[in-house]
Amino acid sequence: MTRDDIQSIVLNIIAEIAPDEDLSDVAPNVRLRDQLDLDSMDFLDIVMELRKQHGIEVPESDYQELASLDSCANYLEPKFAALQGSN
Amino acid sequence: MSHHRIVITGIGLTASNGNTLEEYRSNLLNKVSTIQNIETRFMGTVHAGVCDFDPLKYQKKKAVRIGTRAGSIGIYCANEAIENSGIDWENQDKSRVGVYVGTTEHGNVETENEIYNISQYDYDIRFWSHHHNPRTVANNPAGEITINLSITGPHYAIGAACAAGNAGVIQACQMLQLDEVDFALGGGVSESIHTFGIFAAFKSQNALAQHEDPTKASRPFDMERNGIVVSEGGCLYTLERLEDAQARGAEILAEVAGWAMNSDATDYVLPNPERQAQCMRAAMKRARMDPSGIQILNTHATSTKQGDIQECDAINEVFGKSDSTYINNTKSYIGHSMGAAGALELAGNLPSFLDKMVHPTINVDELDPQCNVGKLVIGEPVELDCVDAIFNNSFGMLGINSSLVVTRFQD
Repeated sequence: MTRDDIQSIVLNIIAEIAPDEDLSDVAPNVRLRDQLDLDSMDFLDIVMELRKQHGIEVPESDYQELASLDSCANYLEPKFAALQGSN
Repeated sequence: MSHHRIVITGIGLTASNGNTLEEYRSNLLNKVSTIQNIETRFMGTVHAGVCDFDPLKYQKKKAVRIGTRAGSIGIYCANEAIENSGIDWENQDKSRVGVYVGTTEHGNVETENEIYNISQYDYDIRFWSHHHNPRTVANNPAGEITINLSITGPHYAIGAACAAGNAGVIQACQMLQLDEVDFALGGGVSESIHTFGIFAAFKSQNALAQHEDPTKASRPFDMERNGIVVSEGGCLYTLERLEDAQARGAEILAEVAGWAMNSDATDYVLPNPERQAQCMRAAMKRARMDPSGIQILNTHATSTKQGDIQECDAINEVFGKSDSTYINNTKSYIGHSMGAAGALELAGNLPSFLDKMVHPTINVDELDPQCNVGKLVIGEPVELDCVDAIFNNSFGMLGINSSLVVTRFQD
């Protein structure tokens, strides 16, 4: 799975939980909360959807790793790779 | 202690047969029921009253997703009522606005959804939503309204079973009389069709309506009635002290002249006609009226065998000698909208002050002789010379009774 794939997965989740947001021009290196109307409850939704849709756990201590699309890709890439390796 | 006169200055509603008062009233006078069949979890096909208002008229998609159906219904009704009231909402002191929303129950829908959700994950509670608590706190529907409308005055939901719609109006009147608020939203909401448990419990109680034509399933007073049609819906009024409404030049739609609530203290489910009659008399006493001054009485009757008869017994006892009181029923069109019922059914009759028409009770093919009460309006509307006062009954489980007396405004 590529970094672009992972960023698409995260964007698709955000599209579900923040359906009023325009996601056509999200900068990958800028904090998501600085460019979208997202609050802490929304990030809990992102964590829940990663769990539900992909079986990925994000412990509370790692929540800051989901700050931007780039940091999401950095953090989630090895997790998705581990999942693929285990399949 | 002086008692302010309290008036209704705005109405916002959604029923299965109308999303505005005009549409709703037109369908009542034209005998249009829109009860339909829906599929519900574990139950299969059931009859239900379903509302088709557009929640996105007043909410963002995200707010609809995070919130509850009861919240959306409340937000729609509150915005419509405020618009209808003509108040300068932008410059209204929001800290002096109170929100009082009656609910029969709240939290069943959201809890059932979460349990079903985790059942898809082998009941692993890691999949239980963090939205569950704000969705299920009892004040949810009222609280969502305050968030949507930036209201910083008091809000709460009033749990009063199926008397809750009236109870919301009564609470609003009381808070205005106490000067706790200057402007109030009062009434009730129901999201109950989204919980299978309500249907299942009525079915277990042998009190869930069944008919080959869903629009004929809710048939109070008819010999073939066999139970309740559960519906969603909502109705909120804007209420003000008379002097405040007059000072801003508001159009006054009606005056809440009297009310009463009491308790049967006898049974969890079965009604008590003696206490219902006491409640009706107490409302009349507060309004300083007698039955002969009431032109329209909206019955609570839910289309159950025993409940309809017992309410008719109570009405006969109180209104039996009144030749001027015409009696109707709104659940025959929209089913039982639970926490919204009292407020919504009152709204269906309010236009009578202007058009002098009494909408009929529909679906009575053969009147139960035990329900042959006074001037029951069946099948066709009746036009009166004048409508000055409407009496609105709403009763609920655990023996909670409520009656409202609403009058045509006369200065």
